[in-house]
Amino acid sequence: MVEELTKTSFTIPVGPVHPAVHEPVRLEVTVDGEEVVGADVFAGQVHRGIEWIGMNRNNPVQTVYLAERICGICSACHPFTFVLACERAANIEVPKRADYIRVIVAEIERIHSHLLWAGVAAHEIGFDSVFYLVWRVREKVMDLTEYITGNRNTKAMYMIGGVRRDITEEQFPTIREAMDYYKSIFNQLKTVFLDDITIKLRTRNVGILPKEDALKLVAAGPTVRASGVPKDVRQDQAYGAYADLDIKAITPDVITGKVVGDVYDRIIVRLLEVKQSIEIIERCLEEMPAGEILSEPKMVKLLTALKKADGSAVARSEAPRGECFHYVRMEEGRETLATWKVRAPTYANLMSIPVMVIGQQIADVPITFASIDPCFSCTNRAIMVKPDANGSQVLEKEELHRLSIEKTRRLEANLAN
Amino acid sequence: MDILTPEEIVKSFESALGNNLSDSKIYQSEVAVKRNLFTSISLYVKPDSFRDAVKHICELQEYPHLIVISPSDRGDNVELIYHITIYYGQHLKEISLLLSVTLSKNNLKIPTITDMIPGTIYAEREVQEMMGVEVVGIPDNRRLFLPDDFPAGVCPWRRDETGPEEMLRVLPGRKGIQHG
Repeated sequence: MVEELTKTSFTIPVGPVHPAVHEPVRLEVTVDGEEVVGADVFAGQVHRGIEWIGMNRNNPVQTVYLAERICGICSACHPFTFVLACERAANIEVPKRADYIRVIVAEIERIHSHLLWAGVAAHEIGFDSVFYLVWRVREKVMDLTEYITGNRNTKAMYMIGGVRRDITEEQFPTIREAMDYYKSIFNQLKTVFLDDITIKLRTRNVGILPKEDALKLVAAGPTVRASGVPKDVRQDQAYGAYADLDIKAITPDVITGKVVGDVYDRIIVRLLEVKQSIEIIERCLEEMPAGEILSEPKMVKLLTALKKADGSAVARSEAPRGECFHYVRMEEGRETLATWKVRAPTYANLMSIPVMVIGQQIADVPITFASIDPCFSCTNRAIMVKPDANGSQVLEKEELHRLSIEKTRRLEANLAN
Repeated sequence: MDILTPEEIVKSFESALGNNLSDSKIYQSEVAVKRNLFTSISLYVKPDSFRDAVKHICELQEYPHLIVISPSDRGDNVELIYHITIYYGQHLKEISLLLSVTLSKNNLKIPTITDMIPGTIYAEREVQEMMGVEVVGIPDNRRLFLPDDFPAGVCPWRRDETGPEEMLRVLPGRKGIQHG
């Protein structure tokens, strides 16, 4: 007797392990044919107990360096937020000049992060020429980071009570020159990403996150702004030099006149934020006050002050991917922090993933997942665990990527006809 | 939506919760050259009226932005702080609320608030596995970060006998963990 097949859906885990990943996460997608009918996110594959080390092993200054290593490329926003929290908890003044240098470094990081993301997103939909183009222009900001901080990525600029290196007048022309370069190519990037018909076909009305869901699921950063909520910590809550600069949160309707909340809108927001970052850096260079850069340069004195401190504080900052949050509690006489809680933006944005992918085609999952910028190398590999009628089947990352490219080609062919 | 001053917010909590609001603290600091204010308000509520406090926050802001829950081991008690912001989306108006609840280690239970703020689910799952606090009524009871083969009953963020000490590898020349 032939058993009747009743099960029509399959579960596909996407991720998490690949030698190149720096932030693995597993996405389990239930598909009915091509359509995604369910999704679940599994985090924790690289939970390294960093908060525990900060609470039990390191002194706060050592933890600044640890905070810098929480994320692969966000090596400014975590130490930035962490030192803000420590300064508030221990009542440490920050020199005004340091506030401006901190913001310049954070905005350079944003330009870098958004360009890197744009390249990855292009790759995900099979547009490798754009990927190469964007990563070539990204090289300029990496050189600038190295010029200012001495490193291409790990910046090591932030210190409790200020910054570790000054940005001097002699360095201004090089920074301005890099900003001019990005301004000169901005329109080209805008044309490539916003006017290209193929990119539009692959991203318009794909991975929609409605405004109400974004608010309920506490999404952050470009993800929530693309859904039409003008939520940006730089605008909403005073921290660093941003408080002086009257930042305005960017929503996609400034270009298209409407908010859809799809992948295309997330591209618009990130692209415009690159321009906004350039403006912020230029203003910071103009308005940077003179003076000290570190309130307590003597390490022993600083550590003693931190050990004596008794109090707690929160700090938030707008990282490239969204709001970054640190909570710090210090107890008098304790060398390590008593409590340290970190919340990175992807933590909040992952909750919106099921809303975005349900109802999509499986070939749209990579670009939708990439659109929240979750350090995307996580979706490197997928295995179909539920065997179909022909026995078990393995869907590798290459296969998933091929499906995505095929969809682009199919749409292009339809266009040509 | 009316925007209340920090003092008015504290007063509104006092009238909504009465004696169940055991303490409150307003923290403000000046930022950068223009000396704009960063504001956070700590609110200490009793566990019984915790949900009422969240309900009151939902009245102040239509969709309160829950950031995360930070748990601390305070000896005989566990302190949970719900970090929530209100008045976002407006220039320099946003205020951080630290809604603090202290639970006795004899009764580590807190009701879920996912019905009011659905985005709390990850934070609640994390508090359950890391601190051993039972979230009553949580819609998704699975672990979030800890692997499935992590031993039950070990709570990585606790500083008592349920802590992870036995699982630690102390490198040569390093001290073990320090207890505060």
